[in-house]
Amino acid sequence: MTYSTKVVDHYENPRNVGSLDKNDVCVGTGFVGAPACGDVMKLQIKVNKDGIIEDAKFKTFGCGSAIASSSLITEWIKGKTLGEAYAIRNTDVAQHLALPPVKIHCSILAEDAVKAAIADYQAKIGKPNATGD
Amino acid sequence: MTSRQIYLDYQATTPCDPRVVEKMFPYFTLNFGNPHSRNHPHGWTAEEAVEKARKQIAFLIGADPREIIFTSGATESNNLALKGVSTFYKTQKTHIVTCATEHKCVLDTCRHLEQEGFSVTYLPVQSSGLIDLNDLQKAIGPETVLVSIMAVNNEIGVIQPLDEIGKICRKAGVFFHTDAAQAVGKIPLDVESMNIDLLSISGHKIYGPKGIGALYVRRKPRVRLQALINGGGQERGMRSGTLPTPLCVGLGEACAIAKEEMMDEARNLKVLSDHLYEGITSRLKDVYLNGAGAPRIPGNLNLSFAYVEGEGLMMGIKDLSVSSGSACTSSSLEPSYVLRALGVEEELSHTSIRFGLGRFTTQADVDIAIERVVTEVNRLREMSPLWEMAQEGIDLKSIQWSEH
Repeated sequence: MTYSTKVVDHYENPRNVGSLDKNDVCVGTGFVGAPACGDVMKLQIKVNKDGIIEDAKFKTFGCGSAIASSSLITEWIKGKTLGEAYAIRNTDVAQHLALPPVKIHCSILAEDAVKAAIADYQAKIGKPNATGD
Repeated sequence: MTSRQIYLDYQATTPCDPRVVEKMFPYFTLNFGNPHSRNHPHGWTAEEAVEKARKQIAFLIGADPREIIFTSGATESNNLALKGVSTFYKTQKTHIVTCATEHKCVLDTCRHLEQEGFSVTYLPVQSSGLIDLNDLQKAIGPETVLVSIMAVNNEIGVIQPLDEIGKICRKAGVFFHTDAAQAVGKIPLDVESMNIDLLSISGHKIYGPKGIGALYVRRKPRVRLQALINGGGQERGMRSGTLPTPLCVGLGEACAIAKEEMMDEARNLKVLSDHLYEGITSRLKDVYLNGAGAPRIPGNLNLSFAYVEGEGLMMGIKDLSVSSGSACTSSSLEPSYVLRALGVEEELSHTSIRFGLGRFTTQADVDIAIERVVTEVNRLREMSPLWEMAQEGIDLKSIQWSEH
């Protein structure tokens, strides 16, 4: 399988790898996938008092496309509101990275990870469904 | 592909040995005759070359040249052995025994035979990758016509106990076929002492050309089979079609070289693969050898790198041509059925890489491979949430994962 140059770039120079303090009340953690399926993503967001995602970090176990999807989506959500981040669709990620059909699930996982992180943050601050979902 | 690309996938295929190619050349142009043309020198020259090749192949496995049938490769040989024998004897016996870790071409042929009304027993393997001889003994019944167990596994390189399997089959009066595509030229094989009745050979796995293989078919006691390809009755009626003289010559020469150099080559490869294994495991923890505890060919190391996904790793070591048991390298999204049959947990099958070393692998290649693998596994582990959890002492098995 050949990879698009964008996938290779994110794989070789991943943005925002790392962890945030999951006990911090401003931090939401999304954990999706399963080792048995070959993909696990941990994506964390740090939300400021204006509801803006001021930082995002990820760690991913998976193929190059999974790593690239999570790297890209952390880039995209930084500086966005929760609502804007929630609205990012996997198809945008897949299109940007030129993922082949067999790798679409990687982009779905990245979208799920963002949504899971937002849900975790909202549960923490006691404001479920803040995005109107 | 860059010129610094290092080939470590010798179980997928091997380059033709230049000595093989040299022997083949004259039979494309100068000696182009049809080996089946009986009435002129062009034909005789070609026939002589083909018969010499047949002898070279037979000599390598302790057979008589008349017992060697040329085919297009091991896939055809396996098809011919399984379908040919079971179809020929179907009015007497209709049961076949094989094992779960066979090559796809054996398993798929068995599935086909099941649809044709034959019954097939797929023996499980132990965690070493070897079958349990008691299971084999129990599986053989009065209806059994054929046992087909591979000599060396293509993914994990383990050697099945051919001597013992041969004894059991001979005693029970059933034919023993072995897919020896990965074994010929790598380990000593003797169809007499091992009681092998049919044996499949591939050209391109042993530094010969692609597109040629052979099937050994025992004459005494005689094994009969129904041809799959009908035509002019070449190869004693078992495989019609004009023999590709240059390819036959190439396979013959590859066998002759193997006979001569196998032992030295195995010794060298053992040194290199030990060096690779030590080099990696001394610098990385949580690396597991798949098929540990079984005798193995020295040119194969199948390793699982826990917490690092195999395809992701392959992308990082892209200047090494290796293969992965990870799901993502196939379109099926299923991890290797061989590793699953060994009882390797799915999460570990996703992390496996097969390193295949061979005749042209150098110490320098192995040194580069060690550096690349160690660097990349460390980098990816730093990026892996599973590694992070493991370092925090979290038992990954205690987590409720969201399977997707």
